[in-house]
Amino acid sequence: MAKIDALMPWREVPLGGAILEPGNARKFKTGDWRSNIRPVTDREKCIKCGLCWVFCPDMAYAHREDGYFDWNSDYCKGCGICARECPKEAIQMVAEEE
Amino acid sequence: MARRVGMEVSIAISEAVKLANVDVISAYPITPQTHIVEHLSEFVNDGELQSAFIPVESEHSALSAAVGSSAVGARTFTATSSQGLALMHEIMFVASSLRLPIVMSVVNRALSGPINIWNDLSDIMAERDCGWVQLFAINGQEAFDLTLQAFKIAEDPRVLLPVAVNLDGFILSHVIEPIELLEQQEVDQFLTPFKPVLRLDPDKPVSLGAFGSPDVYIEVKKQIEEALIGSQKVVTEVWKDFNRLFGRNYKPVESYKTKDAETLLITMGSISETAMMAVDALREKGQKVGLIHIRLWRPFPFKEFLQAIKGAKVLAVLDRALVPGGVGGPVGLEVKSALYGKDTRPYVAEFVAGLGGRDLTVETFIEVVEKAERYAQKQKDFQYELIGVREK
Repeated sequence: MAKIDALMPWREVPLGGAILEPGNARKFKTGDWRSNIRPVTDREKCIKCGLCWVFCPDMAYAHREDGYFDWNSDYCKGCGICARECPKEAIQMVAEEE
Repeated sequence: MARRVGMEVSIAISEAVKLANVDVISAYPITPQTHIVEHLSEFVNDGELQSAFIPVESEHSALSAAVGSSAVGARTFTATSSQGLALMHEIMFVASSLRLPIVMSVVNRALSGPINIWNDLSDIMAERDCGWVQLFAINGQEAFDLTLQAFKIAEDPRVLLPVAVNLDGFILSHVIEPIELLEQQEVDQFLTPFKPVLRLDPDKPVSLGAFGSPDVYIEVKKQIEEALIGSQKVVTEVWKDFNRLFGRNYKPVESYKTKDAETLLITMGSISETAMMAVDALREKGQKVGLIHIRLWRPFPFKEFLQAIKGAKVLAVLDRALVPGGVGGPVGLEVKSALYGKDTRPYVAEFVAGLGGRDLTVETFIEVVEKAERYAQKQKDFQYELIGVREK
């Protein structure tokens, strides 16, 4: 499992383990325990609807300026929800290369 | 000036909550706690108290709503008893872990089963390890005073932990006693508005109650434990302040006729006053008997306890809850572990009595003292004795 960047001594932990910086879960990279498959999008079929981005439970997709969605290996667990939800079957789950 | 009035103790507690000017009351009625929240809902309905009263559908929700309101920085009160406290169980730990200064009256009542509405301490003892500050009142005046003090203790930035004020069901909650109420301006001198260190605020977002992985869990727990142990200093300061303003003195461990005493009764809660009558009766017969009662149960005041029992040869502990399959009751356990490792220690006789509201009379305490002295003489090796159980 990925380590948290700053492991604080107990006196410095925010009160009751509160999180003071919104959105800092982004720093907690969990993609290293992904299953051995990952999504690959066929840009020919993709209609930029964004359902992969909407349904991804780990927010592993990012919206690009040209309208496509980039996949991020830092967060993806290989669950396959994006491939299942894609209305154009543009996403395929493929085996990770060793 | 303070008014001395004859008043039901539950109503006096609701007066204390009103004087504390709480922002939110979230509670579900349960015997014998009902009169406290019933009276508070009247105050709110009649416009005498400007608070939100949340009538929830269960105690689990009562404490959950209290967690939410305390997290936004609102002064929050709830109250419960027995099965209601048991239903709050999982949220009890959440409240202390999130460092929320909720104040709760726990009107002590036996836990089912068999179902029973009468008094003992089995409800709060099942919550002993929930990380709350836990206080015990022995009479109506204490129940009133401790309720007011609880807010000041809980909200101190060095503490920020919930506080449970325990009072015996019916024996205290439903009894009319002479109680010295305080005026609003007097209370305002003592209890200033709650200033949260951290709160849920859309303008300054934070997350409370986040996931604590194995990398951080221990550090968060250590912080809570240090705050709980450190709260004793604040409790003492608050009591000193209260005494200075209102002339009533409170200590973590109270002593009664302990000077030269060879045998000491150890109690908690309202039975302490009955036990004092037993001490008086035994003293009249020339026996060197005294009593200590523990007011601050969590954090346990080890130093004050050891000081209070100094010189005693026999301790007769009277517990009103059973640790099933263990060595008696929770107070006895604490007393024995406080003494372990001391070179000289008194003989400890542990008794469990009064479960499910069985009467505890002056005679019971005299019996307990006599047994303890007899067992000490023989150095009887036993774990505990259940008092008053019919053998045939």
